[in-house]
Amino acid sequence: MRDERILLDHGSGGLLSNRLISELMLPLFDNSFLSMQDDGACLDVPAGRMAFSTDSFVVDPIFFPGGCIGDLAVNGTVNDIAMCGGVPRYLSAALIIEEGFPVKDLAAVVQAMAEAARNAGVLIVTGDTKVVPRGAADKLFINTSGVGYIPKSVSVAAGNARPGDVVIASGTLGDHGIAILNQREGLSFDVDIQSDSAPLNHLAGRMLEMAGSGIHVLRDPTRGGAAAALNEIAAQSKVGIRIRESSVPVAKAVAGLCSLLGLDPLYVANEGKLLAVVESALVEKVLAVMREDPLGRDACIIGEITGEYAPAQSGRVIMETAAGGERIVPMPTGEQLPRIC
Amino acid sequence: MAFDARYRDPDLCRRLSERIRSVRGREIRIMEVCGTHTVSVFRHGIRTILGESIRLVSGPGCPVCVTDQGDIDAVIAMAEMDHTIVATFGDLMRVPGTRSSLREEKSRGCDVRVVYSAADALAIARANPDRQVVFPGIGFETTAPAIAAAIIAASEEGISNFSVACSHKRVPPALEALAAEDDAAVDGFLLPGHVSVVIGLNGYADFFRKYPIPSVVAGFEPVDILSALLRLAEMIAAGSSGLENAYGRAVTDNGNPRARQVMDTVFYPVDSAWRGLGIIPGGGMALRKAFSGFDAFRRFSVRAAPAPPPAGCSCGDILVGKAVPPDCSLYGNTCTPLDPVGPCMVSSEGTCAAYYQYGGGL
Repeated sequence: MRDERILLDHGSGGLLSNRLISELMLPLFDNSFLSMQDDGACLDVPAGRMAFSTDSFVVDPIFFPGGCIGDLAVNGTVNDIAMCGGVPRYLSAALIIEEGFPVKDLAAVVQAMAEAARNAGVLIVTGDTKVVPRGAADKLFINTSGVGYIPKSVSVAAGNARPGDVVIASGTLGDHGIAILNQREGLSFDVDIQSDSAPLNHLAGRMLEMAGSGIHVLRDPTRGGAAAALNEIAAQSKVGIRIRESSVPVAKAVAGLCSLLGLDPLYVANEGKLLAVVESALVEKVLAVMREDPLGRDACIIGEITGEYAPAQSGRVIMETAAGGERIVPMPTGEQLPRIC
Repeated sequence: MAFDARYRDPDLCRRLSERIRSVRGREIRIMEVCGTHTVSVFRHGIRTILGESIRLVSGPGCPVCVTDQGDIDAVIAMAEMDHTIVATFGDLMRVPGTRSSLREEKSRGCDVRVVYSAADALAIARANPDRQVVFPGIGFETTAPAIAAAIIAASEEGISNFSVACSHKRVPPALEALAAEDDAAVDGFLLPGHVSVVIGLNGYADFFRKYPIPSVVAGFEPVDILSALLRLAEMIAAGSSGLENAYGRAVTDNGNPRARQVMDTVFYPVDSAWRGLGIIPGGGMALRKAFSGFDAFRRFSVRAAPAPPPAGCSCGDILVGKAVPPDCSLYGNTCTPLDPVGPCMVSSEGTCAAYYQYGGGL
């Protein structure tokens, strides 16, 4: 199977499709729901509220330092559910494959999806595979959707931030976007920057267990970076946000490349970091449990929620610069880096 | 690596700004000529820490902004031709020409690709021998040498499907044009860092002889900019004038002779249309005869026809410091970074975009 390529027949629903699914997908995703091979999965769910999210992944290149489109697709949806305060349980996976895509690459991607699902503690219970003619899609696109239940004590939403709350970042910002950019053709700077692609549900779970409804907002700053996430929180909560540049964690290599390329790390995508808006009385306790988790080791306070709401500027995020000045952190306009996830 | 945290040191920045504020005298106007400075000034909130005594005025140092609309139209016309690939710096994608932009042409099926250097564009030409690859040569003395090097390489390799639509500009003649404008009077110039790496402090000698206005070359980090502003404030308060270098770790008196030699091998100075400043004698570059075969305008018989600026757009005045973005009736209404009308709102280094993004009124 070393040089084998995906053919249009692999998406036909016939024999080759079956073989692809039964030989490649089923053994790796291995769970009782999927092996029933029904049109959909029939799931037992607890009573109460549910989080449901979907995301499509078109990252280019497919393989990059620190991950690939497979783990990104699983972690992305796991994280979206976790940011709703949900405990992610079940995922669907739909693959759109370009004719001619190497089967061994597909196997590596599926393997990465299976491992990511195992790490996150979720099951991929239903899926779909389509093959399109060469040129009709670029290599491989993946959509994942997922569901999870929301514990009764949890109440997080982008509209819940209140003046006096504290803003926490779980670690360094901008790693994923810069890792992708650096990998792309013609831009291989010799620095070790890995994508931070990771499931945040365990970290978020610890935080919510510790502080319950004292966690007001959770956001994973993916496309648009922390700047977009903070502006959304400000707009939806009708508050202002002040952050301190000197407190924003950025890895040295990422800061250097951003400086060189004229990018602002606040606008660069992350795939394994979260921002949390937390009741101020609980901050130290929340930081302590975060730092016990490998994904929250560098967690720190980056700013506060204020009453300086300015609707005309879609909320108002202000940065106190390291140089001692102030500036607005605006909502990003347009695409800074296309196909980053 | 360009980034060094020492040049953003909060304590040093605080001490520098205190010293700037302690220089007594009337309110002074200093023009930061370079777009990268404009962005850095806003990103680091430098206007908010200077106090009332210094007014920073943004100048014409954003290459995309000063590129005449006719040049943009010409490149768009080349993109529309069969079998051409336009390989361009990303900044140019969204600049509106008279009736379209490269971004729109790409969505209609024209082959327009973003590259980070002219060498990347040349590589595309090598890989596509049956297509014509056009690189829009935008930029000052900073980018021109690398583009000249790509043209020399193409010439040596005999690559016949690569050409450059040359709109390069030269900074010192523009300084002379600015200094000659009475109503935009500035007390001092913050001179560009990157351009100076190439032309050196000596590159401004002619300008300074004609117009002895206090002028200091600066780097782009807050400490660089604040130390240059301090020198300017001190000179202006003392009534003295000098051409000085506050970016010693990158800029020398002589600049980079090798880069200049490459640039001069390929280009020669010509009069050139700058948006906002009109025709500036010696303000542009053209390909020398030996390399005229790489001139895209010639190859495709496309002339950059003068085009009127969009109605109501004040980019011309903003580029020379006669107006600030909020003075423009389009600013923030019909002209925003999402839907720009004028080039100062399109370019990431444009004054209007910097104002809009980082809160000019803060």
